[in-house]
Amino acid sequence: MTFSECFGMAWKNIMSSKMRSLLTMLGIIIGVTAVIVIMGMGNGMENYMRESFQELGTNNMTVTLIGRGNSYTQMSYEELQEIVEENPDDFDLISPTVTMTGTVKIGSETMDATSVTGVGEDYFEIKSLHIAQGRGIQYVDELKRTYVCVIGSYLNNTMFNGNGIGETLKIDGREFTVVGVLEEKADSEEGGSDDVIYVPYSTASRLSFTGMMSTYILTIVSEDRASESKTVMENALYNYYKDDDSYMVSATAEALETMTSMLNVVITVLAVIAGISLVVGGIGIMNIMLVSVTERTREIGIRKALGSKEKYILMQFVTESALTSALGGIIGILLGYLLSAAVTEAITQLMEADITVSPDLGSVLLAFSISAGIGVFFGYMPAKKAAQMNPIDALRYD
Amino acid sequence: MAQETIIEFRDVSKVYHMGDSIIRAADHVNFTVKKGEFVAIVGQSGSGKSTCMNIIGCLDVPSEGEYLLQGKNVGEMDRDELAEIRNEMLGFIFQQYNLLPKLNLLENVEVPLMYAGVPKEERRERAAAALEKVGLGNKMKHLPTQLSGGQQQRVSIARALAGSPSVILADEPTGALDSRTGREVLRMLQQVHREGNTVVLITHDNGIAATAQRVIRLDDGHIVYDGPVTDPNAFVQPKIYTEEVAQ
Ligand SMILES: Nc1ncnc2c1ncn2[C@@H]1O[C@H](COP(=O)(O)OP(=O)(O)OP(=O)(O)O)[C@@H](O)[C@H]1O
Ligand SMILES: [Mg+2]
Repeated sequence: MTFSECFGMAWKNIMSSKMRSLLTMLGIIIGVTAVIVIMGMGNGMENYMRESFQELGTNNMTVTLIGRGNSYTQMSYEELQEIVEENPDDFDLISPTVTMTGTVKIGSETMDATSVTGVGEDYFEIKSLHIAQGRGIQYVDELKRTYVCVIGSYLNNTMFNGNGIGETLKIDGREFTVVGVLEEKADSEEGGSDDVIYVPYSTASRLSFTGMMSTYILTIVSEDRASESKTVMENALYNYYKDDDSYMVSATAEALETMTSMLNVVITVLAVIAGISLVVGGIGIMNIMLVSVTERTREIGIRKALGSKEKYILMQFVTESALTSALGGIIGILLGYLLSAAVTEAITQLMEADITVSPDLGSVLLAFSISAGIGVFFGYMPAKKAAQMNPIDALRYD
Repeated sequence: MAQETIIEFRDVSKVYHMGDSIIRAADHVNFTVKKGEFVAIVGQSGSGKSTCMNIIGCLDVPSEGEYLLQGKNVGEMDRDELAEIRNEMLGFIFQQYNLLPKLNLLENVEVPLMYAGVPKEERRERAAAALEKVGLGNKMKHLPTQLSGGQQQRVSIARALAGSPSVILADEPTGALDSRTGREVLRMLQQVHREGNTVVLITHDNGIAATAQRVIRLDDGHIVYDGPVTDPNAFVQPKIYTEEVAQ
């Protein structure tokens, strides 16, 4: 008896009682579907996170200097720049960022949602922002604390009809001249990343009281070295302050890594829980196979009388159980994909977030081989029972 | 012409233990069957017919003594070797037909050939030829349940013949049939015998045993008669039995 004959026999038997076979597979179907959707959800969330972080810039690092105690020890911009220059393998560009809270007025209109930030000349490069018209903030602006600004495309389009260069706007009553317009980044919505104003950081810190705290944004040379670069910065800062509460360093890439690994732990735990239902499904298959072996005692007797060796009977039942389970796996995979698409649709409808539930080929193959393996594992015991039946008793069985 | 010996029982006993008591279902049975013979093994219920038939059919091995099938000692074989012997040398015809209900007639007849490793094409042809021979060539794709009992028994004859075995072993082949179809099946068995096959027929019915050439009568595990069917003693009821009935 060849394997293809064995396979054919198993297929025929499964197809001859479809309903029963389907019910037998149910546990496997549910288990595989759950595993596929959960893995797909993990992938979707990871991609979503990666994209969100990419918007922030994965090669960015933020340094916040809080300063220490009453002695007002605070590192200056120049000192921080020195650290950057001393570590060319870790850091590249640096720019201060000063958040302003003053009211913005364009003509007679007050802009509540617009964010105003004081930045250095390299800020636009660090954040991958492109100047569409005019120029960016320059070194002279920093030096002379000029009242110039670069505006986002939203403001340019809605407030200045696309011709913002040379026009003026007011921040906290001070008049700023628009010298540059940024390329559209998001979708030019109010309060979005195109509803922004950038001014020289030096001008900004003069206008707004930020206390001792100052924030800087840097680019790191290599994302792969993110946590090492972070340590370099932390060590340098610790040497200065001798106190690790005086500063905060966060690298986007490192944060992404941390969050991804946390997410992976959660997803793995969920997948394992879903995997338990695969084991339950396997026990269901074993149960039905045991019933089936008993029901087919006479068939086993006949086959043995006609010359079937034990290994053929064993092969027949194991193949049947493995095929049942594998079919359940395939149905589960198909259902998993359908459900993934449905969940993606639901997320898009219910939340603003763009999470695509996308099962990867690896987890699909894994789910399939586990289900086939479960069929073999849980089918073996009933098959062994069948193979070892005494032909005389089996023939006499009704 | 000295015929080749196919079946040889040498002092064969089969012992069953039922709690403390011991049942000798076959007790020092000796006989031989030569190639081409048509032998009926008869006896009352409980006389040991099925026990002997299981041993002849290599479904069971003797507790004592030796059983030689074409010179091979069956008692020394393991389960896989027994399966191989059954497949190669024996063709079974059962009282309950024992066809596989989910397979069509052709597939049913193919089963022993499949276990023999006959390639698919040849298997098809041989199974079809065997079905033609029993007059069911036009029903090859039917399922067993779509046939009458007599037809089903003809399928099982075809299945028994398909592998060209050394011995055709029929256990009460007419037991589930009415007398007319039963006679048909018996005629077919006689035909099988005339074509040179060795046939062993097991029955409790003297009338059916009369179709054979030779009768082996069992009683309580012993052979009480072994001779030609024409001998008047062949169908004499054993004393013990008549006494029991008389009481
Ligand atoms: N597996 C077994 N365990 C114990 N005793 C058995 C077993 N098989 C048969 N026997 C006993 O052996 C004796 C012979 O039984 P056997 O089945 O060979 O009789 P038989 O001639 O075939 O009868 P019948 O015509 O009723 O089928 C009986 O007494 C029976 O009870
Ligand atoms: Mg019997």
